[in-house]
Amino acid sequence: MPKVTMTVNGKAASADVEPRTLLVDFLRQHLRLTGTHVGCDTSQCGACVVHVNGRAIKACTSLAVQWDGASVTTIEGLASGDALHPMQEAFREHHGLQCGFCTPGMIMAAVDLVNRHGGVPDEATIRRELEGNMCRCTGYHNIVKAIGAGASAMQGSGKVAAE
Amino acid sequence: MYEFAYHRPNSIRKASSLSASGEAKFLAGGQTLLPTMKQRLASPDALIDLAGIEALQGIELKGRTLHIGAMSRHADVASSAVVREAIPALAALAGDIGDPHVRAMGTIGGSIANNDPAADYPAACLGLGATIVTNKRRISADDFFTDMFETALEEGEIITKVLFPLPRRSAYAKFDNPASRYALVGVFVSKRGRDVRVAVTGAGPCVFRVAAMEDALSKRFAAKSLDGISVAAGDLNSDIHASADYRAHLVGVMARRAVAAA
Ligand SMILES: Cc1cc2nc3c(=O)[nH]c(=O)nc-3n(C[C@H](O)[C@H](O)[C@H](O)COP(=O)(O)OP(=O)(O)OC[C@H]3O[C@@H](n4cnc5c(N)ncnc54)[C@H](O)[C@@H]3O)c2cc1C
Ligand code: FES
Ligand code: FES
Repeated sequence: MPKVTMTVNGKAASADVEPRTLLVDFLRQHLRLTGTHVGCDTSQCGACVVHVNGRAIKACTSLAVQWDGASVTTIEGLASGDALHPMQEAFREHHGLQCGFCTPGMIMAAVDLVNRHGGVPDEATIRRELEGNMCRCTGYHNIVKAIGAGASAMQGSGKVAAE
Repeated sequence: MYEFAYHRPNSIRKASSLSASGEAKFLAGGQTLLPTMKQRLASPDALIDLAGIEALQGIELKGRTLHIGAMSRHADVASSAVVREAIPALAALAGDIGDPHVRAMGTIGGSIANNDPAADYPAACLGLGATIVTNKRRISADDFFTDMFETALEEGEIITKVLFPLPRRSAYAKFDNPASRYALVGVFVSKRGRDVRVAVTGAGPCVFRVAAMEDALSKRFAAKSLDGISVAAGDLNSDIHASADYRAHLVGVMARRAVAAA
């Protein structure tokens, strides 16, 4: 079995995996980082979004072996100690979640969209950027609100890149 | 997914020789291939990852031709200053494929090799008169897209880049399926000298050109020139998303919008 080595949330992680091991299974089963969810397993819902080399991708639609040597950030890697990342804090503050299943993917997608657009994106941009993230509970309103607030807070805190 | 071996060659030559044995498949962004393998609709015994091959990367303008490497991700094409300047319609098309996470991985080479009847890039290639360059030859877009999920590519042939001649005007108008974001109907129009092209995706089993619209537009490039021209619904797709008649109607609407925007 091929050995893969990645930097996950700042720490070196390596394991022998079958080539067919999905990145999301590597994270959840080998590293026990179960914050990254699997909603659909068909590339539609975005619950599995993580950052790889600074880009948000669907971890259910990528193989672990594709990312030997890469740097990965999951939802577990956003907070600094007890202090939530400003985007996590904004979701809490603005009730951007109900059951919470979609939330890890939403937040990783949100941080990525703010990193790419810079500044505070307008509502239309946020909604368009959420094309690949589904939520079955909230109706999206508070998610959009939370992302706007999180984006402002990220500017304030200077915490632009999660990586 | 069934088991397979994984290779990551660093040259086109190695990739090509790896593909010679067994039932291997090339892996580009994996945004179509991996879901297909999960459903067990494909079961290659080896995947040859093209991501480590330098020669398949890169976007550059050479004279009046835009060269886009096969492994260019949709997000790279959408945000490339070179593409936005040279063919803004192409950058916009790439920026509207799927969602941001799909765009971070999906590639132009993978999209056209796959030739999904509702994919966007085939419309751009045919609508701009692109040339598809492989490790063996050059194929004009007119000859490349042969049928539903079928192309002129031979077993083991690798797309290396796509060459787009710069148009004077061009635009893409897409009516997307709100669930999948693929095109229910998408029309790409371009004008380069007297050469006008109208390419339609999403509507039929394979991307196609509409000669009657091209003729009318080459006389006068204006949305009004398309009045009274329609495509026959007979050859178009009918499914749960839209009937053939509705698609035929949309071809006219999207073509007018594209011409108006070009
Ligand atoms: C949720 C979702 C939404 C999407 N929405 C859209 C949309 O709106 N519009 C759209 O057009 N597409 C859409 N797609 C498809 C997306 O654009 C894919 O990225 C694309 O179709 C395949 O590209 P890929 O790089 O991922 O290729 P892969 O999945 O890696 O490969 C696809 C096929 O091409 C072959 N191949 C790849 N590269 C080469 C090469 N260089 N030479 C020869 N053969 C090669 C592979 O062997 C395989 O058979 C969507 C996909 C998803 C998951
Ligand atoms: S689990 Fe990956 S997109 Fe739904
Ligand atoms: S909060 Fe339940 S799916 Fe989004």
